[in-house]
Amino acid sequence: MANEICDGRMPEREPHIEVRGLELGYKGRPILSNMDFTVGRGDVFVIMGGSGCGKSTLLRAMVGLLEPLAGDVSYDGMNFTRAERSERSEMLRRFGVLYQKGALWSSMTLAENIGLVLGEYTELERDEIREIAAFKLALVGLAGFEDHMPGEISGGMQKRAGIARAMALDPEILFLDEPSAGLDPITSRRLDELILTLRESLGTTLVVVTHDLESLLTIGDNSVFLDRETKSILARGDPRDLLEHCTHPQVQAFLRRGDEPSKAGAKETVS
Amino acid sequence: MKASPQESPEPDRESSPSTPAAVSFEREDGETLVVNASGRWKTGAPRPAVDEFQQQIATPPRRVVFVADEVESWDSALLTWLRAAIQAAEAAEIETDRSRLPKGVFELLHLAELVVEPLRRAERARPGFLARVGRIATGFWSETLEDLGFFGRVCTALVRFVTFRAQFRRSDLYHLIQSTGAEAVPIITLVSVIIGLILAFVGAVQLRLFGADLYIANLVGIAMVREMGAMTVGIIMAGRTGAAFAAQLGTMKVTEEIDALSTFGLSPMEFLVVPRIVALFLMTPFLCLYSMVLGICGGAMVGVGMLGLSPQLYLDQTLESLQMLDLYGGVFRSAVYGVLIGITACLRGMRCGNDAAAVGEATTSAVVTALVVIVIADGVMAVVFNALGI
Repeated sequence: MANEICDGRMPEREPHIEVRGLELGYKGRPILSNMDFTVGRGDVFVIMGGSGCGKSTLLRAMVGLLEPLAGDVSYDGMNFTRAERSERSEMLRRFGVLYQKGALWSSMTLAENIGLVLGEYTELERDEIREIAAFKLALVGLAGFEDHMPGEISGGMQKRAGIARAMALDPEILFLDEPSAGLDPITSRRLDELILTLRESLGTTLVVVTHDLESLLTIGDNSVFLDRETKSILARGDPRDLLEHCTHPQVQAFLRRGDEPSKAGAKETVS
Repeated sequence: MKASPQESPEPDRESSPSTPAAVSFEREDGETLVVNASGRWKTGAPRPAVDEFQQQIATPPRRVVFVADEVESWDSALLTWLRAAIQAAEAAEIETDRSRLPKGVFELLHLAELVVEPLRRAERARPGFLARVGRIATGFWSETLEDLGFFGRVCTALVRFVTFRAQFRRSDLYHLIQSTGAEAVPIITLVSVIIGLILAFVGAVQLRLFGADLYIANLVGIAMVREMGAMTVGIIMAGRTGAAFAAQLGTMKVTEEIDALSTFGLSPMEFLVVPRIVALFLMTPFLCLYSMVLGICGGAMVGVGMLGLSPQLYLDQTLESLQMLDLYGGVFRSAVYGVLIGITACLRGMRCGNDAAAVGEATTSAVVTALVVIVIADGVMAVVFNALGI
């Protein structure tokens, strides 16, 4: 199925993640095919598209939770998909992943959730681990919540604690699956600030799956738009550029919340 | 004080050999302490202790200036050190100046200081001993009341079920009957035969001494029919089906499926609990009968195979030793166990907490409670049957 991909402006950065000819599916049922894109070092790369288009599936394949039917994912030129187990595990240490529902370990406190990873991969003393855990929690606005159990805090707070855990090892790449879902607008905005600060200060590459238009237009500087019908990429590039220049009706409908471009333009003028 | 930060240096991810993390202190005009971080600050690598900084501010300067011009690379190691130092300085009411820190460090430290989620410390305060005893006592009382309330609601729902007014899906009931009945047959077969074998072996050793080998049939028959058949099924059902029910309902609670039923006006008691209790009530007597027969067969294997009794003789002796009342008693017991397992499993599942650990706790609790309740019920029924001459 040949599709014309709408290419928007892309940031010119050194390639960090390369996805080539990726085909994904469950039990032989194809979900995505012809996935070809590059994520630059320090990009905030957004995976967007309607519900059920395979955004989370793509993310799962990128972190090795789903074996692709075909194609490869490479990090810094090293093939992750075909890597040996030990090599892959070494590469995984450079990732941080936030799952859709936070996925905190419910029998551990928030500090222990973060500390487990640090204890496993570093030789740090317990006090130092706790110090780092407290700092990571403070970064997501949860200072003082170290000894709370996940069940004692709200869903939004669990999500933020999940981000703190994902940042535990100062990862080079952070994968965030629907980070702002379930968060109030203020917290969501703060999260956007955190994402941009992480990118600016630590040079972290972020791969974000999101539906949140405001957020993706604020933070994203590169993206792919997935289509459920054709099971492939419809558009690539800076989401703001796609909003202005991509003529594909589905991409426009998504980025303008279903409004016609002309109507959306009229609204912007009025406001 | 937070002024504009410096543009550089930014973190370097390369791990080239370089100078270790260090901090130097310098007093300028007696009132300003300049804290100069240098080297490679990486998590896991050695770094200076914050105590050194605390010693420096023992004679408090008016302000502390943090500088990181000579820092080669950094990550959380530098951030946590600076955060601890800043907190120590601020606790001593010393002004801090971070404007000479790299921009990224400055911003992350600033972000960590924003309070968005005020901590309600009062909630975390550990109560005193008496308060804890009081809480446990009132907690036990309220839990007992909740249990009774649950039992009452189950009874009401069962009444609605027998009067054909309960809301539930027949297909769910059939599926539950299949999973509690037919799917339990293999494990019941295995355990019952082994129990029959064990009873016969233990009995054979003693009865042989008196030349009363034939009475093995009486021993195994009476034990299996009166007691062991029902008990075997009860214990297996508690571990297998009770645990499964508690986990299913607990997971449904965690994923708000039970709330969803309620908000649609469907009674979770009628929709979820009653079919499970009914399935167990219907299936445990059949499984018990099956277990009795298999236990007797297990005993016969020893009687015929080891003691050399003829199969016909063993069967006749077994039938002669048993009365129909024994059979009714055994089957009745199993039905009671089935209902008790259903109620305890559903109680624990429906009262499950909101996380994955709670589902595990509910499952364990369901099995333990069911076993305790079975043993108590067995004792009570033994006394009652004895009084009635059964």
